[in-house]
Amino acid sequence: MAEIPVLKIGDCLLVSIQVDMHDRLAMELQDDLTNRIVSERARGVMIDISALEIVDSFIGRMLNNIAAMSRVLDAVTVVVGMRPAVAITLVELGLSLTGVRTALNVDKGLALIRKAIDDPGGVLGRREG
Amino acid sequence: MAEGHATIIPQLLADNEQTLLRDWMESQKKSGALRGGQISDAELTEASRRLLAALRSGAATGQFADITAPAWDQSRTVLEDVSRSHATLGLTPSETATFVFSLKEPLFALLREKVGKDPDRLAHETWIATMLLDKLGLYTVETFQKTREDIIARQQQELLELSTPVVRLWEGILALPLIGTLDSSRTQIVMESLLEEIVTSGAQIAIIDITGVPTVDTLVAQHLIKTVAAARLMGADCLISGIRPQIAQTIVHLGLELGVVSKATMADAFALALRQLGKAVVDRGPARQEV
Repeated sequence: MAEIPVLKIGDCLLVSIQVDMHDRLAMELQDDLTNRIVSERARGVMIDISALEIVDSFIGRMLNNIAAMSRVLDAVTVVVGMRPAVAITLVELGLSLTGVRTALNVDKGLALIRKAIDDPGGVLGRREG
Repeated sequence: MAEGHATIIPQLLADNEQTLLRDWMESQKKSGALRGGQISDAELTEASRRLLAALRSGAATGQFADITAPAWDQSRTVLEDVSRSHATLGLTPSETATFVFSLKEPLFALLREKVGKDPDRLAHETWIATMLLDKLGLYTVETFQKTREDIIARQQQELLELSTPVVRLWEGILALPLIGTLDSSRTQIVMESLLEEIVTSGAQIAIIDITGVPTVDTLVAQHLIKTVAAARLMGADCLISGIRPQIAQTIVHLGLELGVVSKATMADAFALALRQLGKAVVDRGPARQEV
């Protein structure tokens, strides 16, 4: 079965979701990611969903869960690369992922994580909580 | 009814083209075709001349019953041109129809002159002529109506596109000046164009200016909240500006919560956006003439 790779960039972890998610895969990803955050002492997690054309409530909840778990382990989660059509669909579904930070692309996501790590109480830290 | 009689109309049209044109022009002028000033004498004469020539070739085939036949292609083309230009120039339907109907007077006069001594024959010829011209007149009005409908449809589309521009104010800052009422279909277009622009420009902050939105009710507020949420999912923060005092009161009275930073004017929102991006506009003293 396909496994979702978790890449380490400095003190950040990058996850790129490119296959259809289902319950087992999501559980494995959460498992893998939390383990890696602890073992690598990662401060940030970036989830790239630019390859996803369809994001349903299941993936939305999974993203929220990962963000919450990372927060407990003191890592910042940023979802990057959402497509316009996906954003509109999520909003129409009433899922605005309030607990998750977002950025346009990987570059901006990294910058956002840096900023959040360096300045935890700043303007950008407002969204947490 | 003198069904067996061959009609003399084709012959009449061929022999008296100049006379007919002159009398027809007079009849049109009498009915006030040039009064509005939208159409010139030369244009009208040219259109009339073309129609007469087309009628002559159509009539030569002798098929008077059906103006959709290929024989009348040329006449229909001329009428389409005329009604289209009339519609674009803003003439009324009756003015457009009169263009065709005013041909009756000189044509009937000519018929009376030729076969006036034979009442049966005259009635028969007049009937054929009037049927033909009525059909052509109706066709003209139909085309006129269709052109007007096309114009209205195009304007609606243009209005929709024009009313939702996304402006790049600065590197990383977009402005979205909303004008007019926000309904579901407009929100959809606004959202799509904003998100597309966020992708292409890589903007981090979008300022939604609602100075031109006449009223904000719960539905409009919900549409605004949706747009803000969608932009946030794409990694862009939204600011709302241009909230008039009246609208501020309405928002509070309705108990609405927009959940975003809002500013009274676009200038304030722009200043905040620059500050959030770590940029500043500095005063460099009195303005100097550029060398």
